Amino acid sequence: MKNAIIKLDDVWKTYRMGNVKVNALRGLDLAIKEGEFVAIMGPSGSGKSTAVNMVGALDMPTKGKIYLENRDISKLSESDLAQIRGKKIGFIFQQFNLINTLSALENVALPMVFQGVSKEERIKRAKNILEMVGLGDRINHKPTELSGGQQQRVAIARALANNPEVVLADEPTGNLDSKTGETVISFLTNLNKKDKKTIILVTHDMNIAKHANRIEFLKDGTIVKSKKLRIGG
Amino acid sequence: MLLDYFLYAFNGLKQRKLRSWLTMVGIFIGIAAVVSLISLGEGLEQAIIGQFASVGIDRIIVQNANTGFGPPGSFDIKSLTEHDKEIVEKTKGIEIAVGRLIRSAQVEFKDEAQFQFLGSWPEKKEEGDFILESFSFSVSEGRMLKPGDQFRVVVGNMLNEKEIYPKKIIAGDKLKINGFDFEVVGVMGKTGNPQFDSIVIIMEDAMREVLDIGDEFDLIAAKAGKGEDPSKVAEELAKNIRKDRGLKKGQEDFEVQTPQQIVETFGIVLFAVQAVIVGIAAISLLVGGIGITNTMYTSVLERTREIGIMKSIGARNSDIFKLFFIESGILGMVGGIIGVILGFGLGKLVENVGKTVLGTELLTPVFSPLLIISALLFSFIVGSISGLMPALQASKLNPVDALRYK
Ligand SMILES: Nc1ncnc2c1ncn2[C@@H]1O[C@H](COP(=O)(O)OP(=O)(O)OP(=O)(O)O)[C@@H](O)[C@H]1O
Ligand SMILES: [Mg+2]
Repeated sequence: MKNAIIKLDDVWKTYRMGNVKVNALRGLDLAIKEGEFVAIMGPSGSGKSTAVNMVGALDMPTKGKIYLENRDISKLSESDLAQIRGKKIGFIFQQFNLINTLSALENVALPMVFQGVSKEERIKRAKNILEMVGLGDRINHKPTELSGGQQQRVAIARALANNPEVVLADEPTGNLDSKTGETVISFLTNLNKKDKKTIILVTHDMNIAKHANRIEFLKDGTIVKSKKLRIGG
Repeated sequence: MLLDYFLYAFNGLKQRKLRSWLTMVGIFIGIAAVVSLISLGEGLEQAIIGQFASVGIDRIIVQNANTGFGPPGSFDIKSLTEHDKEIVEKTKGIEIAVGRLIRSAQVEFKDEAQFQFLGSWPEKKEEGDFILESFSFSVSEGRMLKPGDQFRVVVGNMLNEKEIYPKKIIAGDKLKINGFDFEVVGVMGKTGNPQFDSIVIIMEDAMREVLDIGDEFDLIAAKAGKGEDPSKVAEELAKNIRKDRGLKKGQEDFEVQTPQQIVETFGIVLFAVQAVIVGIAAISLLVGGIGITNTMYTSVLERTREIGIMKSIGARNSDIFKLFFIESGILGMVGGIIGVILGFGLGKLVENVGKTVLGTELLTPVFSPLLIISALLFSFIVGSISGLMPALQASKLNPVDALRYK
């Protein structure tokens, strides 16, 4: 039995907007094993993005603990957290979040800049990954010169730049038509099956969620239902 | 690594070309002002020192006290007398002393009358030779005055070169000074000093007669003997005049100057002028710096999302800081480089105007490496300091908030 690579232990997140407090997460417990493919579903505002951001060390819980590879992230320094985001985790967002002034190649190479990878190595690797996602002929295009599906594939390539163990995808198909969405999902499925990457996928679409090993249903900041589809990881 | 940051920052600036240029205007005006004016000042200083060096440092000038500016006689100052000249001559270490008069008078040529400065020429030949040598005067046309040239004059170069009067004055022309007729026998060589170059030189006795001047001098030029220390001799001389006039030290109503002192005095004046210029330039740089700060804050705000993205893919706070810090540094540095080039051009322009319009070689800028390096370094520092706060703000953005920013 594999260890949990990610573990959320009674995690609370409270946002304060003036005098109003919003509890985005209310005692969330979640454990994800290495190599697992987990889908998170739930209504808008249920805290899915908040949870994923915390798993990705982008945000800190108000209460409770988050463990990445058994390390309590609240004990880590800012630069250690950045290191985790850069090396262990690959983010894919609904809005693609590419840098518009940089080419596809530069976007994919950027995470490697922050890890001090040499320029030669960066370009070689970025080209390889872009080819892998079928964009070998678009490497010098700026994001604005690419279609939504192509942009999301650049974002996937960027998430894979530093060969992370965990890929976090927050509604990656939300801005894509269902056919383009399918290709994006097939990439993620492949990453999980072939490269044994741990994947957390947030989606509203049951057809997409069914590719996962397990679906967690979130409501009002806690898991209300868990559905095992197949043995994975 | 750092190079990548440079390239990234540079790319960012290129995306906002117009704004980047406008931001740099403040910097390069300041730097251009500093570079052009300091280089001209340095050139002027070197030229003046060079001129005095050619005169020789054994010259001593005695004048009654004035502000130090303008020709003697132009202010209401008590004149020196023959008696003062004797005191100078008798001072130990003095080889020769010559009294001179410099006054303005009406000079008429071809029916046009103008006021010009007259400079007296000594009646004794050895005294005339001393003046020639002391002020490195030369003759470009005709000859210098000599004893007995009672109603003859030599004119400054500018009167010969330019049409200050209806016609250029040449040797052989006739002038009227305060109604008396004079013949021009020579034209002086160019000195580069407009005051010397427009003077009319006249024998001392004739000048006293024409202008009705009694027993007085406007200045006494003297020379320290061989092997004497000019500043020691000057001190001794000052002591003798004080004693003669019954004055205590510090109460002098006269001045004893050596070229060294003149150079020093000039240096102080020049320094004051440059300090004012640098002050103005500093204000321009301050304004430029505030411009950079403002631009960087705008840039941070505009790129909030970009900062969030970079943090989500592994950028540390320090990476973000570096990116923005370098960007503002580049703004300052490029502004500085342009400013140096502009200042260089401006200095050269002034040099050209000086040569062609004013006819002086004194305005020759000297661009020392120190000046250029400090200008560049300073502009980089101004840029960096201006970018410090915006860069710090950018680095401290919360990644999630930054990503949500619209
Ligand atoms: N930075 C914030 N400041 C204040 N409130 C926030 C902030 N981020 C999230 N929230 C609130 O927390 C709750 C959970 O938000 P979250 O973005 O996690 O929802 P979600 O499940 O991802 O929704 P969606 O499906 O619409 O993306 C919401 O009520 C939201 O308004
Ligand atoms: Mg969301």
